[in-house]
Amino acid sequence: MSDEPSNDGQRFDRLPETAEEREVPGRATREEVLDWWNERFEIPPETFDEYTFWEKGAGKVWVLRGDTANPISVEGLGMTFLRTRQEHWKPTTNAVQRFGREATKNVVELGAEEATTFAAGEDQELDWEGDWGYLIAAHDVAGEREPIGVGLFLYGELRSTVPKGRRENLDALSE
Amino acid sequence: MNPLQRYLPLVDDEEAFLEACDRPLPYSVRVNTIKTTVDRATEALDDEGVGYEQTDWNPEILRLTEGKAGTTWPYFHGWLHGQEEVSALPAIALDPQPGETVWDTCAAPGSKSTQLSALMDDEGFVVANDNSLGRLSALRHNAERLGVTNVAVTNKDARNFSLKPFDFDQFDRTLVDAPCSCEGTCRKNPDALEKWTMDHVHSVVGIQKGIIRRAIQATRPGGTVVYSTCTFAPEENEAIVNHALETEDCEVVEFDTPLETSPGITEWEDEEYHPSVEKTHRVYPHQNDTGGFFCAKLRVGGVAESEEGEA
Repeated sequence: MSDEPSNDGQRFDRLPETAEEREVPGRATREEVLDWWNERFEIPPETFDEYTFWEKGAGKVWVLRGDTANPISVEGLGMTFLRTRQEHWKPTTNAVQRFGREATKNVVELGAEEATTFAAGEDQELDWEGDWGYLIAAHDVAGEREPIGVGLFLYGELRSTVPKGRRENLDALSE
Repeated sequence: MNPLQRYLPLVDDEEAFLEACDRPLPYSVRVNTIKTTVDRATEALDDEGVGYEQTDWNPEILRLTEGKAGTTWPYFHGWLHGQEEVSALPAIALDPQPGETVWDTCAAPGSKSTQLSALMDDEGFVVANDNSLGRLSALRHNAERLGVTNVAVTNKDARNFSLKPFDFDQFDRTLVDAPCSCEGTCRKNPDALEKWTMDHVHSVVGIQKGIIRRAIQATRPGGTVVYSTCTFAPEENEAIVNHALETEDCEVVEFDTPLETSPGITEWEDEEYHPSVEKTHRVYPHQNDTGGFFCAKLRVGGVAESEEGEA
C-alpha cells in the first residue's frame, strides 16, 4: 500500500485548479480541462465559470453547476463530461449536446441523411479537411445549428460514438 | 375488489369518473427549457409532422394528437421529456427558485427532478434521491439526456436521509412524491387496479409517514414541502398530511392550481382530519382528462431567516 493520494472510485473529488495543486497522480486539472475545450472546440473558458469539475472512477470527469462539499460520496454529481487519463480526451455525447453550441472549431455540419446515420450510431465516409480525432457532429434543426454528439474522424471516416442507449433511427429532416 | 368503487362517494360525477378511468391516457411531453425553448421544440415537432396541442395551463406541456415524440429529433436532442400532464403539478406547487437547495425524496425515474432543475434554470442544487438502485439508472439517464448539471443523485432510504455528505444542513424546499397504491395511474397501467389490496395501502402508509416527517425535519424554517401521490386513497393522502400536522411543526398552505381540482376531504370512514387539509388538491381523471392525483403544500414552521427582525 502506498501513502500517495490516489483516485477513489467510490466518491467524487473536485479537480485541482492547476498542476501545482495536484495531489492525485494523473488527475486532470481544471485548467487543463478548460484549455482542452478551448483548444479543441474554441469553447471559451468563461463558459464554465459557474461550474466545477469532479473525478469519480479513473479518468471520468463530471461537470456540476455550482460547487459542493469536497470530496463527496454520492451516486451522481452533475453530468458526465469528459474522459481523461487517456491519450486523446473524449467528451460525452450529453456534454456536447449541452455545451457544444458554443463551439466554433472542429464542428462538422452534417446533412439530413448524414445526421440520421450518425444518430443511429453508424459510421460513414466523410469529406472533411479539418483535424482528425474527436469532432462535434451538428446539424440544422428548427432553424439553428444543434450539436448531435461526438464523432471520431479517422482516415476519411466519421465514426459515431453515440452510446447504445441514446441511438435512434430517426427520419431525415427536409433540407 | 375494484378500488375505484371506494371513491365514488367522493366524486361529483360517478359516471364521468368511471368512464374517464377506463379511457387510455393522452400522451404528453414536457419541453425541457434547460436545452431549448418552447418555440424551437414546437417548430421541430412541426417539421416532423407530429401533432400536438399546448395545454391551456402550461405552455411547456404539450398533448400529442398525432404521432409519437419518442423517436424524433427534438426528443433525441433532449428537448422533450415524456411526462403525464398532471405529474407536472407538484414541481409547480413547490415553486423552486434558481440558487436554492432542493430535495426530491423519491426521484426516480426523474421526471419531476428534471422539471425542478428546469424551473431553477439549472442553478442551485437538487438532491435527487431514490432508494431503488435499479430505478436510479433511469433517473441518471434522463437527467443526462436533459442536460441537467445542478443535481446530485443519492441512493438512500428517505426516511432516515442524512445531510452529512453535503456542505449545507437543511433544504429550502422538498418534494415528497411518495410511493403509493397508484390507482390514479389506472389509465396507463390497468394493473394498478387489479393488484390493489387494502394490505398494500396499510404497508405503504408507514413509509409515507416516515418520508414526510423526514422531509419536514430536513427543510428550513419557513421552507416548503410538497407531498403528492397518484392515489385517491385518503389513507395515503389527507391522513398523511394530518399525521405531519400532528407530529411535526408545519402548516398546510393554499396554492393555486391551473387545473380543475377538488378540495382535500376532512372525513373518511371513521377518521377525521384537521380542517386545513381542505387546502390540499385532489385531481380526478374526468376533471381535466388526466391521471388521478393528490397534491399538498406545507410550510415548515418557525421563522425564516429572511423574515427575522421584520416583525
